[in-house]
Amino acid sequence: MSLMHTQIFDFKGGVHPAENKQQSTELPIACAPMPSKLVLPIAQHIGAPAEPTVTLGQQVLKGQVIAEAQGFVSANLHAPTSGTVSAIELRAIPHQSGMSDWCIEITPDGQDQWIEHAGIVDFLDVEPSVLLERIQQSGISGLGGAGFPSHVKLAADPAKIDTLIINAAECEPYITADDVLMRERAAEIIQGIEILLRIVNPKQCLIGIEDNKPEAIEALTKAIQVSRDDTHLIKLAVVPTKYPSGGEKQLINLLTGQEVPVGGIPADIGIVCQNVGTAYAIYHAVAKGEPLISRITTVTGAACAQPRNYEVLLGTPVSELLPLAGVDHNQMNRLIMGGPMMGFTLNNEEVPVVKTTNCLIAASRNELPDPAAEQACIRCGMCVEACPAQLLPQQLYWYAKSDNLEQLETHNLMDCIECGACAFVCPSNIPLVQYYRYGKGELNQARADKQKSDRAKERFEARLARQEREAAEKEAKRKARAEAAAKKQAEKKAAPATATGTSADAAQANAAQPDMALLQKKLDAAKLAIEKSKEKLAAAEAEGSDKVEAFKLAVEKSTQKMKDAAKAIAEAKKAAKAAPAANGASDKGDPNSPERLKNKLELAEARLKAAQDRLAEAEQQGSDKVDALKTAVEKQQERVSEAKAAYEQASSSASNSASTPASRVEPEPVSDLAAFEQKVLAAQTRVDKAQERLAMAQEQNLDTVAALQTGLEKQLAKLAEAKAALEQAQAGAQEVKS
Amino acid sequence: MTVVLIAIAALVGLSLIFGAVLGFAAIRFKVEGNPVIDQIDALLPQTQCGQCSYPGCRPYAEAIAEGEEKINKCPPGGEATIQAIADLLGVEPEPLDAEHGEEKASKMVAVIREDECIGCTKCIQACPVDAILGAAKQMHTVIADECTGCDLCLDPCPVDCIDMVPVATTLQTWHWDLPQNNPSIIATDRGQAA
Amino acid sequence: MKLLNISSPHLTRPGNTGGVMQQVILAMIPGIAALTYYFGVGHLIQIALAITVALIAEAAVLYVRRKPIGFFLKDYSAVVTAILLALALPPLTPWWVTTVAVLFAIVVAKHLYGGLGQNPFNPAMIGFALVLISFPIPMTTSWTAPADLAASLSVGDALSMIFFGREQIDAFTMATPLDYYKHQVAVQTADEILLNPIFGPAESSHIALGWEWINLAFLAGGLYLLWRKIFTWHIPVSYLGALFVCAILFGWDADTAVPASLHLLAGATMLGAFFIATDPVTASTTPLGKLIYGAGIGIFIYVIRAWGSYPDAVAFAVLLMNFAAPFIDQYTQPRTYGHAKAKRGLASKD
Repeated sequence: MSLMHTQIFDFKGGVHPAENKQQSTELPIACAPMPSKLVLPIAQHIGAPAEPTVTLGQQVLKGQVIAEAQGFVSANLHAPTSGTVSAIELRAIPHQSGMSDWCIEITPDGQDQWIEHAGIVDFLDVEPSVLLERIQQSGISGLGGAGFPSHVKLAADPAKIDTLIINAAECEPYITADDVLMRERAAEIIQGIEILLRIVNPKQCLIGIEDNKPEAIEALTKAIQVSRDDTHLIKLAVVPTKYPSGGEKQLINLLTGQEVPVGGIPADIGIVCQNVGTAYAIYHAVAKGEPLISRITTVTGAACAQPRNYEVLLGTPVSELLPLAGVDHNQMNRLIMGGPMMGFTLNNEEVPVVKTTNCLIAASRNELPDPAAEQACIRCGMCVEACPAQLLPQQLYWYAKSDNLEQLETHNLMDCIECGACAFVCPSNIPLVQYYRYGKGELNQARADKQKSDRAKERFEARLARQEREAAEKEAKRKARAEAAAKKQAEKKAAPATATGTSADAAQANAAQPDMALLQKKLDAAKLAIEKSKEKLAAAEAEGSDKVEAFKLAVEKSTQKMKDAAKAIAEAKKAAKAAPAANGASDKGDPNSPERLKNKLELAEARLKAAQDRLAEAEQQGSDKVDALKTAVEKQQERVSEAKAAYEQASSSASNSASTPASRVEPEPVSDLAAFEQKVLAAQTRVDKAQERLAMAQEQNLDTVAALQTGLEKQLAKLAEAKAALEQAQAGAQEVKS
Repeated sequence: MTVVLIAIAALVGLSLIFGAVLGFAAIRFKVEGNPVIDQIDALLPQTQCGQCSYPGCRPYAEAIAEGEEKINKCPPGGEATIQAIADLLGVEPEPLDAEHGEEKASKMVAVIREDECIGCTKCIQACPVDAILGAAKQMHTVIADECTGCDLCLDPCPVDCIDMVPVATTLQTWHWDLPQNNPSIIATDRGQAA
Repeated sequence: MKLLNISSPHLTRPGNTGGVMQQVILAMIPGIAALTYYFGVGHLIQIALAITVALIAEAAVLYVRRKPIGFFLKDYSAVVTAILLALALPPLTPWWVTTVAVLFAIVVAKHLYGGLGQNPFNPAMIGFALVLISFPIPMTTSWTAPADLAASLSVGDALSMIFFGREQIDAFTMATPLDYYKHQVAVQTADEILLNPIFGPAESSHIALGWEWINLAFLAGGLYLLWRKIFTWHIPVSYLGALFVCAILFGWDADTAVPASLHLLAGATMLGAFFIATDPVTASTTPLGKLIYGAGIGIFIYVIRAWGSYPDAVAFAVLLMNFAAPFIDQYTQPRTYGHAKAKRGLASKD
């Protein structure tokens, strides 16, 4: 049975650039010597970057995991040799932008000592899941150029896969890494493919290879013949040399006549595609237990004295690889990582070789001349003929140039594979691919912006809804409070009699200053009533229909509390009797606090009287309930809050004067200090702003200068005040502490 | 006489038929709401910054749709948005109204200098998209992904600890710019010609 | 040494737009030679005149537009426009008519629209149409008779007639076969018409004396360009095919209409098919669009020739289809790889 797969289709478009492959195939693969350091970017694959698991200065062994995959679409990273982690930092990575990313630097210790590892000897007999697990652990991602984690592709449901395609086309000029690998290590590749067959279990396996690699075809044929795969699933599919036959989508089209649906993956049409280098790496990972720590890289170009393929440890800096091939830096005009059609230029030789680095081209100016000036597009349509994705490159060019994103989308820009065939044939030397990359970037940006603006809109609307809801709740609370107060008033008609009775008793008991005691008591009672009405509101809100019971409870509680309050007032009075004497002795130096206290008391008295009046009024107009009570409750609330503020002021002034170092006053100075500091800061900013405004006004000779100046003076005065207060507070706080 | 009657009958018949068709179309193809507002709103950048003097993007879109507002009052959207709205409404694009602010060269994001933040929550209240996290007397921070760069948090901050910084390009967002090698720019033989 | 940092691809095929234009000029040489053989040096003088005027006009406009002059002159596009225009004009066209046509083509039809690549209409045909409408007399009476029928025109005679006057013009000029046939077919049978010497000696197998060879020469040049892949087969094939089908359908009776053979091999048919309709700037660019565009031109040529008042129709047919090209492109996008079907029409917003 023939090993050759004969039914080859054709894909539309494509070009025939000069191959320039023979230069680097003259010599066999050489092993690159150990570099002085290895720089390993944590994102060498498509998907989530790996997370470093080593620390600075840690000793690592060859093959040890130094960064762990994050999630399914991600890949582990292993130490390519034994040594010390000498840096984990941002380094220039091989990327078109020349930007940096996180890298782990390993300084080799020269021992090259392996971590304990073992291969699976009978790998064709173990469960596919075991093999898949091994591949996932070994950090293998596509070695062809895209770097997609291999285990993700292989995890497709085997029932749906009928074809495994091994991509050995290597269609880009210059690159020979896969070619020489097949020539020299065909047996291992075929065993790797057998492992893949075991995992994917397809009906057929096609190795797609361009007809410009006769030696590789011969080596593979021999290897297949001696392989264990006696069912002859593996067939060689020799395709005509045409760029970009090695593109995954194009190769699938060539070998099966099918197209990968837009937005889909090959598995959707029953195909899994793996690079031939990946198959080799998989063999090593499974059969020998060696993770992906090295790869074959072509070093070529006219500036190389001897172009050649090297087996390079991942992380080897390009600057240490180029001299091996005798690169003449005076000749080198362009340094390309990857092929000349899709590779990207490097402007920093310190970047490392990564999992996807299949080629380095040190090109001289003669070889790849500087791009000629862009001429006008004459819509000659040569690009249309060349485009393997059947796009209209000239239209895309116009639309990209004019930022017409809508038309770019309509003309399927996102289906462009950036193969460069259009720019290759363009007689006007238009860097078309750059236009498309720009267009794609803009499209992606626009999509991201759209998403973000949609989210912003959503959040804004959610915020508006929340604010509305809060306002409505406030309003509802207010209403409920008013109603509750009204009911309470009605019930109080009965209650006050007993309440005043008890308070009167208490007042009689405390013969001294009966007026004040009464007033204070009533203030407290009012306070409590407010608190109660709040509680009632909550209860009413929660239980709606069960208002009555809740209110009853509330009334009982309030009367109870009023009694408690009366007792408390009595006690407070006793204390007050003693306090003035003490205060009088110690507070003479600071007239501030007694004055304030006096003021406060007066204020409180006035307010209490007012509150009483209101209460009496409310009681009289009991039948008129709603409106009158509403206002009464609101005013009471105001009074209470004012009273509270007054009390707080009093206590703070007391702490200021530090005359009453009582234990309960202690925690307050801290927050006071912060408050003062804030005030000072705020005053300072205000002064700054005022000064700015003044300066501006002065510059522009505005007639507001005078006004601004007085404003500034005022602000300065306020600042001084605030500072003084702060200092005082600080002093007070220190005293308290001491 | 019969001719007149036939004519009247025909006209009445026609009017009935067309009336029925129009009535059916009115029900069948009824459009809920005012789609123009939605379309304009979709073109606005949704920063909700209020620089147009409307409280959010949608009110501005409504005002434009009503025809009572110019389309050039959205600095965050800039010329691109003006152009897009002009295309949508079929009106002449106007240059951005400088009264409402200038278009920024790049997207901005608010960043709080956290050691200077006093935890006043003023910026939290000002943020139209709830992109600032924090509590009273606690340090606040901006959720960069949600920040629209509207500047509304700058003014309320009593200690001026919020900076607007351009959104940094990452490896994920980097992309090629348009080629600059344009012969109309490199007038190589301009000298000889002159 | 500073390393270049540019976008891929790093390999490009050698050659530039100027090279493409040079190939086009090269391919026109057989046709020009045939024209000169049959109609005298008139066309050569017209070509020289047109190129001179075109280059001066191009340079002047580029200067005014502050564009690099040398860079744009080297793309040869003005030269191609000038030659096409000169070939379309009758050989003894007065110099000022040629000048007006070229100036209009370069300044208005090309640069006012933004220069090479931006012009929606074929500049040469715009220039030709302008003078055809504006100066109908010199445009229809300046065709020389084929060489075999009249005294051959010396260079001096031609120069003096083009530049100084038209005294002896009737001795050398003659109606074109298409024009003659069209007008005579109403009153004569095919056999009678073909007795006119412009169709070649009686009983010979000529279709139209001279014209057939001129058209075949342009066909040869066109095939060369096709072989060099300067353009694709779509436009010429659909153009000639549509013209042929129309001529067969409506002109199957040679006694009532111009026969298909004359349509294909007289007038500017082949020049139009391979050198004018294929002007990429103004043509449709999608494969299907090119077929529609070419067929449209073929049909319009027949319609105008058969029922219009102009003797030849390539210019108008091309211009009419230029109008339609952007529209055609919108509706003839090819099916992109991986898509179930092609997107057609303007961007939809759903």
